[in-house]
Amino acid sequence: MPQALTAVNDFVVKFANVNGSGSASANELFARAILRMGVPVSPRNIFPSNIQGLPTWYEVRVTEKSYLGRRGGVDMMVAMNPQTWAEDVKEIEPGGYLFYDSTKPMPASAFREDINIVGVPLTAITNATYTDARQRQLFKNIIYVGALSILLDIDPEEIKKLFGEQFKGKEKLLDSNVKALNLGRDWATQHIEPGTVKLKVKRANNVGNRIFVEGNNAAALGAVYGGATVCAWYPITPSSSLAEAFQSHCKRLRHDKESGKAKYAIVQAEDELASIGIVIGAGWNGSRAFTSTSGPGISLMTEFIGLASFAEVPAVLVNVQRGGPSTGMPTRTQQSDLLSCAYASNGDTKHVLLFPEDPKECFDFTADALDLADRLQTPVFVMTDLDIGMNHRLCEPFVWDEKRVYDRGKVITADDLDAGKTFGRYLDVDGDGIPFRTYPGTHPSKGSYFTRGTTKDEFARYSEEGAVYVRNMERLQKKFHTAARIAPQPLRYSSPKATRFGVIYFGSTSPAMAEALDHLEEAGNHVNALRVRAFPFAQAVEDFIHEHDRVFVVEQNRDGQLRSMIMNDFTLDARKLVPVLHYDGTPITARFIATDIAKKLAQFKVVPFEKAAS
Amino acid sequence: MTYIAKPKLHHPSLVKNKAGYTRRDYEGAVSTLCAGCGHDSISAAIIQACYELDILPHQVAKLSGIGCSSKAPTYFVGASHGFNTVHGRMPSVMTGANLANRDLIYMGVSGDGDSASIGLGQFAHIMRRGVNMTYIVMNNGVYGLTKGQFSATADKGSISKKGVANSDESIDLVSLAILMGATFVGRSFSGDKHQLVPLIKAAMAHKGAAFLDVVSPCVAFNNHAGSTKSYDYVREHNEALNRIDFIEGREEITTQYAPGTMTTVQQHDGSWLRLRKLGEEYDPADKIAAMKRVQEGLQAGEVVTGLLYVDPTPKDLHHHLNTVEAPLNTLSTPDLCPGPAALDKINASLR
Repeated sequence: MPQALTAVNDFVVKFANVNGSGSASANELFARAILRMGVPVSPRNIFPSNIQGLPTWYEVRVTEKSYLGRRGGVDMMVAMNPQTWAEDVKEIEPGGYLFYDSTKPMPASAFREDINIVGVPLTAITNATYTDARQRQLFKNIIYVGALSILLDIDPEEIKKLFGEQFKGKEKLLDSNVKALNLGRDWATQHIEPGTVKLKVKRANNVGNRIFVEGNNAAALGAVYGGATVCAWYPITPSSSLAEAFQSHCKRLRHDKESGKAKYAIVQAEDELASIGIVIGAGWNGSRAFTSTSGPGISLMTEFIGLASFAEVPAVLVNVQRGGPSTGMPTRTQQSDLLSCAYASNGDTKHVLLFPEDPKECFDFTADALDLADRLQTPVFVMTDLDIGMNHRLCEPFVWDEKRVYDRGKVITADDLDAGKTFGRYLDVDGDGIPFRTYPGTHPSKGSYFTRGTTKDEFARYSEEGAVYVRNMERLQKKFHTAARIAPQPLRYSSPKATRFGVIYFGSTSPAMAEALDHLEEAGNHVNALRVRAFPFAQAVEDFIHEHDRVFVVEQNRDGQLRSMIMNDFTLDARKLVPVLHYDGTPITARFIATDIAKKLAQFKVVPFEKAAS
Repeated sequence: MTYIAKPKLHHPSLVKNKAGYTRRDYEGAVSTLCAGCGHDSISAAIIQACYELDILPHQVAKLSGIGCSSKAPTYFVGASHGFNTVHGRMPSVMTGANLANRDLIYMGVSGDGDSASIGLGQFAHIMRRGVNMTYIVMNNGVYGLTKGQFSATADKGSISKKGVANSDESIDLVSLAILMGATFVGRSFSGDKHQLVPLIKAAMAHKGAAFLDVVSPCVAFNNHAGSTKSYDYVREHNEALNRIDFIEGREEITTQYAPGTMTTVQQHDGSWLRLRKLGEEYDPADKIAAMKRVQEGLQAGEVVTGLLYVDPTPKDLHHHLNTVEAPLNTLSTPDLCPGPAALDKINASLR
């Protein structure tokens, strides 16, 4: 007998399925049931760019300690896809478990000797009970959830409650699902020796009042709360579900009670160029507007982004990043659009980026981005990614201050104009680089101006005079410095012991980083950490770097894009910033970060500065 | 055209319209286009139309792309906001602007390069969405600002100033607009103010996607023999199907005309279009007939002008989206934010 991995509330189960077989909802049910037992879970979809037929995986990390990053490694594989059998079996940790459909006998060579095999004749059970092909397919998934609930000690009452919520008012569906669940449970009880699987779920109290939500859904809700009235978008993975979620939130929350009419407008445009054009038109005309897209969409929008920046029109873009370049890896995650967003468009352009770490910050930052775009009169990017956007993530509940009023920035009204207030569209009145604007249609004789992508003077008059141009560019630079002050500030986590080493990270790396810091600390590797939440960088970023001899910059891209931006902005020895890069399209893991940093630390601790950095 | 700015002081004898403005109040900055440019005549026609329609100047929003035509919005209705966007993408910006504030009057000004070459996609899509606007293409078949290259509306076989014949098929924006679902489509000639001004007025009163293709000769690069967009060529080949009188108000027209010489169409806003027929029987409300007649004209080398197609009861984008009557840009925090109580419920549903 192989050894048997033993763990309570700390293991990884991976489901290998066929896309389009209805497995997604069964797998999510599995994860939610554990969550309802008070044990945190962190599930991830690993799916192909395909609708039906290709392999798809769902990985559930059960983690009492709330380590919500991807762990890496698989303790139990639920192998439901013959296509990927060999690689799925290979992935299991020694002593781990293989759960499979044993209806058809498999040759011994299909298995491994160092893992534990649990066969359940799922097809046989299903076929004996159901005649309809679709029912057979769907209930087979519920049957394996039933069997797993016996093996892992998942409380069936929690699963039944979840059925009750899902099929409220559809008693027939509820009953048939409970029946399928029990089929799996009964078979496992009768045929599998108790204690075969030593991975167990034990009721705990570690979920608290946290919510379980996808980042795209959260960002969409942030757009509703942040007062977006116009959304224009073009379907692109992994961002499509964001605009769709905005639509469904608006249907519930944004219709006038009396007339039933919509207090929003959503246009699925003909392409990304039109999407951002619509956003800019609406922003120019005083509506809060946003688009959601991914890397290739940003490439297309680039010209318009330059216009919005130079003509100073508010716009919000949520970029749910995926693997690049070009079409790249549409269904894999990366943080590789930093440079293309930060410096999008020709000429000297720089844009404001926000880096949410989870769905909670997707909500907060999307709402904040709408305020920031109005205040700064410029495009603001919310840089999320597939890992946050398309996976359910446990996070703090959404909070909204009842007293919060949208900050529309510097807008001159008809009354201001009548009172004789000077209006120069590009005039820096307050010394922060941010001028005042009027909305079209404000006043019959005052306050109109021409918006253009060409150079202009303080009063929006076309000018190609060198001095006028330079003044305008300097003011835009000043505005950018203002952005660094009012955008979300970085958050610092200090090691309990003084250290010369620091680490900078951002966005979806956050949960893996938190776990990696624990591992490093346990191993005596003391590191201070700074989570960057916006570009332009706050002064605290430079201060943090100066405080340490070496700063690791952890990113999910090949080129160390954040590191490049930091070097671009601050005067410092580039060798101080040590890249830690993970970019194979899978979410970064704590194991990777901790191992890589520990390895590099060991070098730095014994090797003089010059050599280690070379 | 005029290089000397006229004094801004208004002569007391200037006649004010019902809104209290003189014709001069609808002017813009002095044009920097070439003397004799057809575009300036179109600007003048827009000024005349706005004046006659008693529009409040600041209630107009002018949007354009890039090119000579797209500079034109500077030269009319100076008291309104304008937006010179990027090349070929004005339609999307105008769509967004219209969504933000449905109460303004949207005037999109573009050229043949801007709309038929680089911007053909956005041109088609704004028509099919039914954005409430007047979209004018100042069509000269040539790139003026970059000095004389053919645009996509240059007729096949027409000769450039450098003597090169255009071998590409031309794109007829009128046909395309009708096909894409524009609900008001006309063509005119910059040199025919009597036809053009009422067409612009009718288009502005139209509560849907209105498109006007205005042939506008480029005196610098496309006004020579061999060009099919020159003043001489268009004058010779102009096949006007009708002339319209635009009549505001809801009263029925009672003046009697000989049978077969006049058609009246009432638009949704109550205004009347009185079409004086110039040639054959032509019913502009018949979409299929309109497409047929336009194609016949193209075949015969005619520049078919007039009101070519109108749907008197159009539905616009706001109708399709069922948006509230108040402009979206006037909605404030209490109108838009569901508040913390609703958020608590959402949180509860996510546990």
